[in-house]
Amino acid sequence: METNLTPLLPSAEVLLTALAALVLDLFVPKKEKGLLVWISLVGLAIAGGMAVFLRDGQGGAFQNTILLDRFAFFFTLFFLGAAALTILSSVQYVRETEIREGEFYVLVLLAAFGMILMAAANDLILFFLGLETMSIAVYVLTGIWRERAEAAEAAMKYFLIGAFATGFLLYGIALIYGTTGSTQLARVASALKPDGGQPSLLLLTGVFLVLIGLAFKVAAVPFHFWVPDVYEGAPTPITAFMAVAVKAAAFAGWARIFLHSLSPLQGEWTVPVKALAILTMTVGNVVAISQSSVKRMLAYSSIAHAGYLLIALVAGGAAGGQALLFYLLSYAAMTLGAFAVLIALKDGARDNEAYGDFAGLGFKRPFLGMAMALFMLSLAGFPPLGGFTGKFYLFSSAVTTGHVDLAIIGALNSLLSVVYYLRVIVMMYMEEGGAEGKSFARAPYLYLAIAVAVLGTIYLGVFPAPALDLSLNAFSSLR
Amino acid sequence: MKDLSLLVFLPTLGAAALLFIPRRQTSALFKAALGVSLLAFLQSLWILWRFDPNTGAMQLVERLRWIPAYGIEYAVGIDGLSLFLVLLTAFLTPVAILASWTIHDRVKEYLFFMLFLETGMLGALVAVDLFLFYVFWEVMLVPMYFLIGVWGGERRIYAAVKFVIYTMAGSLLMLVGIIFLATRNFQVTQSLTFDLLRISNLNLPYDEQMWLFLAFALSFAIKVPLFPLHTWLPDAHVEAPTAGSVILAGVLLKMGTYGFLRFAIPLFPAAALSAAPWVVALAVVGIVYGAMVAMMQDDLKKLVAYSSVSHLGFVMLGLFAFNLQGIEGAVYQMLNHGLSTGALFLIVGMIYDRRHTRLIDDFGGLWKQIPIFSGFFLVVTLSSIGLPGLNGFVGEFLILLGAFATAPIWTAIAATGVVLGAITMLWMFRRVVFGPLARPENQRLEDMNAREICMLAPIIALIFFMGIYPQPFLSRMKSSARLVIERVESQKLAIPLIQGETVWEEKAARGN
Repeated sequence: METNLTPLLPSAEVLLTALAALVLDLFVPKKEKGLLVWISLVGLAIAGGMAVFLRDGQGGAFQNTILLDRFAFFFTLFFLGAAALTILSSVQYVRETEIREGEFYVLVLLAAFGMILMAAANDLILFFLGLETMSIAVYVLTGIWRERAEAAEAAMKYFLIGAFATGFLLYGIALIYGTTGSTQLARVASALKPDGGQPSLLLLTGVFLVLIGLAFKVAAVPFHFWVPDVYEGAPTPITAFMAVAVKAAAFAGWARIFLHSLSPLQGEWTVPVKALAILTMTVGNVVAISQSSVKRMLAYSSIAHAGYLLIALVAGGAAGGQALLFYLLSYAAMTLGAFAVLIALKDGARDNEAYGDFAGLGFKRPFLGMAMALFMLSLAGFPPLGGFTGKFYLFSSAVTTGHVDLAIIGALNSLLSVVYYLRVIVMMYMEEGGAEGKSFARAPYLYLAIAVAVLGTIYLGVFPAPALDLSLNAFSSLR
Repeated sequence: MKDLSLLVFLPTLGAAALLFIPRRQTSALFKAALGVSLLAFLQSLWILWRFDPNTGAMQLVERLRWIPAYGIEYAVGIDGLSLFLVLLTAFLTPVAILASWTIHDRVKEYLFFMLFLETGMLGALVAVDLFLFYVFWEVMLVPMYFLIGVWGGERRIYAAVKFVIYTMAGSLLMLVGIIFLATRNFQVTQSLTFDLLRISNLNLPYDEQMWLFLAFALSFAIKVPLFPLHTWLPDAHVEAPTAGSVILAGVLLKMGTYGFLRFAIPLFPAAALSAAPWVVALAVVGIVYGAMVAMMQDDLKKLVAYSSVSHLGFVMLGLFAFNLQGIEGAVYQMLNHGLSTGALFLIVGMIYDRRHTRLIDDFGGLWKQIPIFSGFFLVVTLSSIGLPGLNGFVGEFLILLGAFATAPIWTAIAATGVVLGAITMLWMFRRVVFGPLARPENQRLEDMNAREICMLAPIIALIFFMGIYPQPFLSRMKSSARLVIERVESQKLAIPLIQGETVWEEKAARGN
């Protein structure tokens, strides 16, 4: 049997980098650990180069259970970028907290490997393997700052809830396998089509269980209770990584499995997902308003953003898929950026995360203030920034598919979110005092990460056309 | 980059250039910002020069593909309705920058936001693509939020946040409306576009028009502000720095009325017609209410702010008369209000800078001490109450004339608002300027300096010019105003068919 392994190259490269870093970590003296940063970044860059090189090869490996289609290519680059930004913004953080650097970067790379697998998987079992690879790495990362009590608590919570979600997912996969006779998405899809009659109850149960498993991973209300504590307890760069990459990986699965393969069943799951979307947006935003720590606020706001993303799933089809992918891009830029600014405020062992710590930042550190203001405005949906453009396409996809109510609820929710995002800006520009924030000299990598996020946020807002084409292209390559 | 784009982005380029000037050189920063805004003003005059008064259509149109997948274009153009508002914006910005010379804190950021705000305002006025319009509409909000929140008075944060949240509440629903409209247009014509001119050919069924009109009108009514959505305005005005108040009153409020004229009315004429009685009623309530509340104020800035509510009620009354006098009067009154109220805020700012109080009771007898100031103040006050020979009269007269033809009773009530407004302003003027010069602090007041005269003199000149010779203004508005009226007229006959019994049915019957 001929085996074509080329589509695996980018993800294998990430895995190899992780292993190389793991081994090297044993030999590199403590002072030289910066080398690991470079190795990780170069590894990610090479993987990105390979993905770009292979983007037109539609081949699949292992009997098409893994594909490198444009969809996988899109998410491969997405996760590589998210991992790179996370690593860049962690450099100072891990030094100050004395987290063991080697393991930290290795685990980030392993998680990225799992995510790439999830996006590329055309088979439920492989998807599950990717999900677990990612999840286990992230469980460990959550608790990696061992000196901190909250970290251990967060890791424990995340692990237990994650195991719970895994159970749902696996049981759902089993039911789907039982009723359709396959775990391969293409065969599942074709098993759905022929009779066109009412799908069996067992299959529907399986589908809903998978849905719940994914809802846990994207932190949709009411499966969100773990989020605030876990996000707060984890090291801030990991919080950012979770809020962006883990969520995006779950949405990638959602797009491939539900929007594509299970789309014949859309009539069955539209209503529950719609309810999920409305609940998630509203609860996320309402609770975010009452938070007193910016990190917790961002945690709840990321719940709200998951709600906006669910709109795209309700809309479905190419319009929904395109909006979903594009929104993920702009969401990644602004959320990673916002967390990076939070990291910049960290001073020694103290995390400066209260609103008061942002006071006066706009004039003390003009660049940080400007960047944070931009991220907040973008998250709140002000044009011409990425967050606005993303929301625009989300709402458009809802309106074109006849869900005007969802678009209106989304718009009203954006208004709610303005309340707490503006609070940060009020603090930065209209109050005095607060924490200092690092200077460029003290945190060049971090500043680089923030600058990249700023450029991304503006670029996606002002010139969205190329990214939109890319998103549409990626989604329509699903087959 | 062609004429209009150059005008719109010149201030932003200037704002970017400011970033390269060291923050300590405040005077260089001011001069640079003033220079840029004057250049933009010259560019607006050039646009006036190139403007063809004989057509009502969009002129100097520029189109660029922006987001082709969604049919979104960068499309700008100008017609008789936006021409003078563009000029007013370009005119008031340098004045506002001159008025800001007394700012010492964070000058660089201040001027940056000021110029950025100008781009937002100009862009919203010339955009003919709905998406582009929305972008500029929201872009205006951010610098204003900072101007109030950073450089404002004591309750600045409250006022700034209230301002943003009120405005966003309306505009987000408008966004959904815009998306819906484009989707509808796609379903009917199979072409995806956000182009205002193409979408306005869409003949929507009545109830869809009504919903969309409500979504758009809410957003604009908040901005106007139409009674009872006006509560953000006094807060924002009182807390804003002088230049902020000038821009807010001079241009931003006009965005609301302009939005009605450019979008809400022509896009949904049938809905606008049947909403007219309600809008007119609210406008008239606003006129009387605003004037009466203004009368009670002891703070000069609050008084001017509430009188704005009253004045903008007149503009709304004129717009919803749907005839030539009404609409021309309304547009004219938008300009007048921009000049008169802008000047009033400048004047209040000047005495506030000198005395650090705005309470009317703290003044009195200023004429003896500072005659130049008082003279300017007098002209502006008279212009604001619509004295014949000054600009305010022309606008108010046209509006009342137009409105009387469609809603005589409401117009009669509105006319009492004119009287109330006059009483308020004259009483205020008397208490501030005449009477004995009792307070010792006021006996050391200095009269206007050259910079302040430079700010006010051009406004005064325009006040006289527009009062004596309105023809060049009105003639350029006429054709465009006619187009709006034609659109509405064409629906008058159509309405009864859709809606059943309306006022217009009788009119149509009488016409036959």
